[in-house]
Amino acid sequence: MSGIDGWNWDAGERRVVELGVLSSFEQVHEFAVSPDGEKLAVPVVEEPGQVRVWQNGELWSEAVERAWSLRFLPDGRLVALVRVDDSWTVAVDGQRWEDEFEFAWNLKFSANGRSLAVQVKRGMKYGLVIDGRDWGAEFISMRDFALSPDGKRAAALVQVEQLAEADIFKFAEGVWSVAVDGQPWERRFINVYSPVFSPDGQHVAAEVRLDMFEYSIAEDGRPWDAVFGTSWAPCYRSNGKGIIAPVRTPEGWALVENGKPVWQGRYSQMWHQRLAPDGQRLAAVVSTAYGRWTVAVDDRPWPRTFSDVVLAPRFSPDGGRVVALARDQGSWLVVVNGQPWPGRFDMAWEPEFSPDGRHLAAKVERDGKFQVVIDGHPLPRSFDMLWSPRFSPQGDKLLVRAVEEGVYKRLVLGLEQLARA
Amino acid sequence: MADIEDARVEDAGIDQAVDKLEPARIEAVIRRVLGAGCGARLKVYLQTCVHCGLCADACHTYLSRDRDPDFAPVAKVKETIWEMVKRQGRVSPEFIKKCARIAYTECGACRRCSMYCPFGIDIAYLIMLVRRICALLGVVPVYLQDTVNSHAATSNQMWVQPDDWIDTLIWQEEDAADELEGVRIPLDREGADIMYSVIAPEPKILAQLIANMAVIMKVAGVDWTMPSLDGWDNSNMAMYSGDFEVMGRVERLHWERALQLKVKRVVMGECGHAYRGAVYDGPKWLGWSKPPIPMVHAVEFYYELLREGRIKIARKIKEPVTVQDPCNIVRGRGLHHKLRYIINELCEDFRDVSPRFEHNYCCAAGGGVINCGPPWKLSRLKSNRVKAEQLAATDAHLVVTPCHNCHSGIEDIIGYYGLGMHVTFINELLVKCMDRGDGSGEVER
Ligand code: SF4
Ligand code: SF4
Repeated sequence: MSGIDGWNWDAGERRVVELGVLSSFEQVHEFAVSPDGEKLAVPVVEEPGQVRVWQNGELWSEAVERAWSLRFLPDGRLVALVRVDDSWTVAVDGQRWEDEFEFAWNLKFSANGRSLAVQVKRGMKYGLVIDGRDWGAEFISMRDFALSPDGKRAAALVQVEQLAEADIFKFAEGVWSVAVDGQPWERRFINVYSPVFSPDGQHVAAEVRLDMFEYSIAEDGRPWDAVFGTSWAPCYRSNGKGIIAPVRTPEGWALVENGKPVWQGRYSQMWHQRLAPDGQRLAAVVSTAYGRWTVAVDDRPWPRTFSDVVLAPRFSPDGGRVVALARDQGSWLVVVNGQPWPGRFDMAWEPEFSPDGRHLAAKVERDGKFQVVIDGHPLPRSFDMLWSPRFSPQGDKLLVRAVEEGVYKRLVLGLEQLARA
Repeated sequence: MADIEDARVEDAGIDQAVDKLEPARIEAVIRRVLGAGCGARLKVYLQTCVHCGLCADACHTYLSRDRDPDFAPVAKVKETIWEMVKRQGRVSPEFIKKCARIAYTECGACRRCSMYCPFGIDIAYLIMLVRRICALLGVVPVYLQDTVNSHAATSNQMWVQPDDWIDTLIWQEEDAADELEGVRIPLDREGADIMYSVIAPEPKILAQLIANMAVIMKVAGVDWTMPSLDGWDNSNMAMYSGDFEVMGRVERLHWERALQLKVKRVVMGECGHAYRGAVYDGPKWLGWSKPPIPMVHAVEFYYELLREGRIKIARKIKEPVTVQDPCNIVRGRGLHHKLRYIINELCEDFRDVSPRFEHNYCCAAGGGVINCGPPWKLSRLKSNRVKAEQLAATDAHLVVTPCHNCHSGIEDIIGYYGLGMHVTFINELLVKCMDRGDGSGEVER
């Protein structure tokens, strides 16, 4: 399938598939919808131990014992983790990978969807497989991993040496490291967390625990000179030169770049720092006082704070606006540049900007029904199920993927028309 | 006089670390901790105490050890933090060793004593300060430290491998489906109403409890999910070792997972300390004045299901039943009436304990004490004779213990004092008693 330009952007509404037929199955599991909205899929149980993936009324030819983690990749392929004869593997569009594993889990894919990776266990050892190619290296444990932006490389948190039961002394010497393409960093750490690749995929940064109460950030196995009380996940500048992380200092949480303060402010808490598309401006979730949360942009917190939680901020493509979801006094708000949209929601999903940054749309939930909100205005229609809306490349249309009265529908709405209505 | 047997216990986590301690480092750490905002509150506490001893009768260790004054709450403070303040941190490695024994194994931070102090002096807070100092000095009982290491490396407290977790859920789902058709444990179901989280001993050694919950969720028609990735464990022994950095990391991941799954609330299994970690200590350290989305303890959840009629009781337990009030959800949260409502719904012959509710005695296992492991087991059992006497007086056969620490601690006490009782989680009684709507709901009274 070609990219988003190739999707059908003709305004209108189409009934893609009726869901009533699914009642003939013993169980219907979690739905997935393709990015272009053309396909809806779900694992269905025909009888205990016999599961198939149903897509737009068609069944994958092969039945498996289990299928889960079903999702469409950005390029439209449909993947699932499947079990056959007690072995696990990945199935893509109904085709199983040749290799089988004692277990396979934690599917991740590149932004373009072309590359697919999964953690695996074989012979009681832990490894990783990218696009069916085994890393070859095996570890005592592996907790999580990150993919490079092109999806060709992976960096995983691995245990490189066995620990005897309750061996706290060996633990303190360090038995964890980051393995990049299967090769662990030479240096071991007490713990390693949150690996991330540089934009060019050539370097890896991660949080490292140097001593029981000393944390830092390491790049390619070399920690910064600066150490901190603790830290959170680092990120790279788009030029790959700077690594930025929130760290805990005696004065409060600080944002540092390559070990040096990049913001002067100290906060009760700080995490989820995000860079603007220009690679310069920075936004992060901060707590300005105990129990008060907001977003700081370039070290300036929004004046309005929220009581419960604020989720990761996101810059508009032109960098002019920042949006974040906030939960306040028990309900969710969509907050743009510090100002909440009108309306409180039972749940809200990460909003999406139009490519030109002029519009913003989000899926929200109220009283068990789902709605699309565009630029603060809810569309009058509500749905039984809904997936996050997508803008057309020109930003003049909105794709809505929804279930209404037992039918999965694909709607393309013209924004001008909506504005007039 | 401290128990000579306890003083002789060998614990590599304490002994080896103490051997390496330098007085200068001890002093620096104590000054850092006491200087970091806690000095003022601490001095007020210490100056306020009038040595009346009213707190002594509140403590199960004091009562169980023939009123040995060394086990009085005020003595535990006098012997530890008080000396550190008085001597401005100039204390010996041997002194730190004694502090670790007292703070980790002779006080479970149960907070019963502060209810009896006329000034409300928070002994448990002072003991937690001692633990923080010990943790920073690396002097932590070996089994407790190992649990904290597991939290730090795996985000769960029992080194459960990521695939074992998922595999256990799948296997429990299959077992539960054999019992009741259509039962599922939906993994990573984004947008479910509830994320259910448990503590690592459930997948590791008590997996049946997860299957039971799946049956309960099915019967009650709950839209729920469990996460497949780390963050599924809501427990937190780092909170009790004094490693607040690891505590914060663990709690954050648990809440981040719930936020990613877009659930409206988290329901947690029957555990007390995990409630404290997820609702109070964890959020507080992270900057939240409350959890980012509501956390519902299993006791509150079962109460809700029964009150709303989403679960109906088909048969009741006939044998005599009593209860343990877990400190963190009763003294800490006031769930004792809901707990008794549930027990009375499920059991014909409920025999309450005395004292009860927030005045009930601690199980002596909580607060990280049971996690100090085998070296300290005898000490722990000697420290709770009063609990054995209290339970024996009910003549019950079953003790309902809606907390993992209480469950294990009371089971040990039953064995050591030969009470001939059994412990049970509510979850186990509920699956026996409820109407499953599949014809197995004949009322039998
Ligand atoms: S165990 Fe409980 S009652 Fe005893 S000193 Fe500690 S907090 Fe107080
Ligand atoms: S009851 Fe309060 S004032 Fe009395 S000895 Fe205990 S801590 Fe001190």
